[in-house]
Amino acid sequence: MAGVQVSNVSRSFGAHKALDDVSIDFADGGFYALLGPSGSGKTTLLRQIAGFDFPDSGRISIGGESVERVPVEKRRIGMVFQNYALFPNMSVADNVAFGLSVRGEAKVVIATEVQRALDLVQLGTLGARRPHQLSGGQRQRVALARAIVTKPRVLLLDEPLGALDKALRVDMQIELKRIQREIGITTIFVTHDQEEALTMSDRVGILRDGRLVQEGPPEEIYDRPKTEFAATFLGDANIFRGDSTGNGIRLPDGTAIEAGAGPTLAAGAKASCAVRPERIGIATDTGAPDTTNDNVLKGQVSKRIFAGNNSTYFVERAGQTLKVIVQNTGADRLAEGQEVVLRWSPESTVLLPAG
Amino acid sequence: MAVQGAVASRSGLRSALPLLAPAYLWLTVAIFLPLSAMVFFSFMTDLPLSGKAWAFTLGNYAAFFSQSLYLTLLLASLRLGLEVTLWCIVIGYPAAYVLAKVLKGRSREAIFLLVILPFWSNGLVRIFSWAMVLREGGILDTALNAVLPFKINIDLMYSYPAVIIGLVHSYVPYMVLTCYLTLQAIDDSLIEAGRSLGATRLQVLKRVIIPLSMPGLVAGAALIFVPVVGSFMEPRILGGRTGTFYGTVIEDQFVAVFNWPLGAALSFILLAVVLVILAIASPVLRRAT
Repeated sequence: MAGVQVSNVSRSFGAHKALDDVSIDFADGGFYALLGPSGSGKTTLLRQIAGFDFPDSGRISIGGESVERVPVEKRRIGMVFQNYALFPNMSVADNVAFGLSVRGEAKVVIATEVQRALDLVQLGTLGARRPHQLSGGQRQRVALARAIVTKPRVLLLDEPLGALDKALRVDMQIELKRIQREIGITTIFVTHDQEEALTMSDRVGILRDGRLVQEGPPEEIYDRPKTEFAATFLGDANIFRGDSTGNGIRLPDGTAIEAGAGPTLAAGAKASCAVRPERIGIATDTGAPDTTNDNVLKGQVSKRIFAGNNSTYFVERAGQTLKVIVQNTGADRLAEGQEVVLRWSPESTVLLPAG
Repeated sequence: MAVQGAVASRSGLRSALPLLAPAYLWLTVAIFLPLSAMVFFSFMTDLPLSGKAWAFTLGNYAAFFSQSLYLTLLLASLRLGLEVTLWCIVIGYPAAYVLAKVLKGRSREAIFLLVILPFWSNGLVRIFSWAMVLREGGILDTALNAVLPFKINIDLMYSYPAVIIGLVHSYVPYMVLTCYLTLQAIDDSLIEAGRSLGATRLQVLKRVIIPLSMPGLVAGAALIFVPVVGSFMEPRILGGRTGTFYGTVIEDQFVAVFNWPLGAALSFILLAVVLVILAIASPVLRRAT
């Protein structure tokens, strides 16, 4: 078990900068998600840590040992691939035994370890099967058992749940998290699914165009995004753009929005504010004057989507469509076309530099 | 369920019939009929076409067993087939691996073309060009003596190695093609998975890549072994006096001695031996694939 440090790693393929000066500290025993759209460099970064590819510059260390020029087979890592990459010519047990067997472990040791790993992923009785006789979820578990049976220092997961259907995915998320806790292994998990990143990881790193945009605990990134990209990529956000007033922005039509979070920006500079849809209250416009220090905007409901436990309202205001999510409390629902007042506290508003 | 399945497969066969018919018609006319005629000939004392009297006999088959020469030559031919097949694996498999897993795009196409080229050149031209290279004072001899500081004498012409060289050259594309196809179907992530589990490249090759490409190796070996055992052109031209093999003896019966019945009988004995070898090997090979 060991932490992983990535320091100033860059990697280019021709003119394309796949990784641009990325530094992340993966704490020992943590569950870390690398999140980003396709082409953001998250898989490239994982491959550098695994050792399938070497960085052009920068350092990578596992457990304090510098490994950036060490080939993959000497790094003592475990990896789960997107397509599982089970050996089709071997049984499930032989697949799991592979890592121990190439290391030259005794047959007895291999048999016990393999059985323990298969029990851990709840496939204890399927050792004799061939990979093609298993379901997608079972293959996933075998791939996981194979990756952890060698007691690697780090577990690397490359979109491991990407090929599973929704219900199975949620099961596997819980299962993966349980196994990770049980063996306490440092885990780095690449995904483009923000929900997966939020629910599973202790920390999230968001990548875009080869750069690390922001990293931290999921709650922190969700509540305090540092850029518009982070705000919109991890979760939904309403973005208002205008001129900075120091502790908020002034919209082009003169309305002021106060922000309780984010950096202090020089007044007059271009800036934006992000508000999560579920933080905004929506009510019929009664024309009553506002007496709180909440941010208040008026608009018209253009669309309502009912999703059972909640409803999403799309509200038109000054050419912008705002999204508001309201829990289903049984209260009156607003109709499309209705004039409404939107209201939210400055604490729910994050000031962001323009860009 | 079973009945339904049977009905479905029968109606499937009926609709497939128009697609199968041309191939089977062709096989019947072009292969089965002449081959049947040959089976018939192999039991005759003489050809009926020559106008001489003829009768049925088992003598042609008995000849194989009464003279140890035929058996010796057959064993020599089997050994030749085995050696050529092994050399084709040794040369063709790495080439197929590089084509399938290392090269990409243009360079792959270029190398592929070079591999296929022997296929497109005339067999006789191929063999005679080897003769130019291998004989004393030939291209290889002259070139080596031009480079090396000491005098060496290279005359591989009319020797067993010359036959091997000619046959390997002719047949190695089969091995490259069949292995290329199976190697290309192996997902690169399997190789990466193996290495991530601590296996060296050699261990990945032995435990993952070779077992998974076994179908290609077996198909290539069968495509090469069978015709090489019966080959006569390369042994005759490149082997000269040393190039007497089972295939050349059969050829002699047809083109020199005009003993078609004996030639036919020897051919069918070869066919039977090859089938027996493949039958014995098939369970082993099936397990390997």
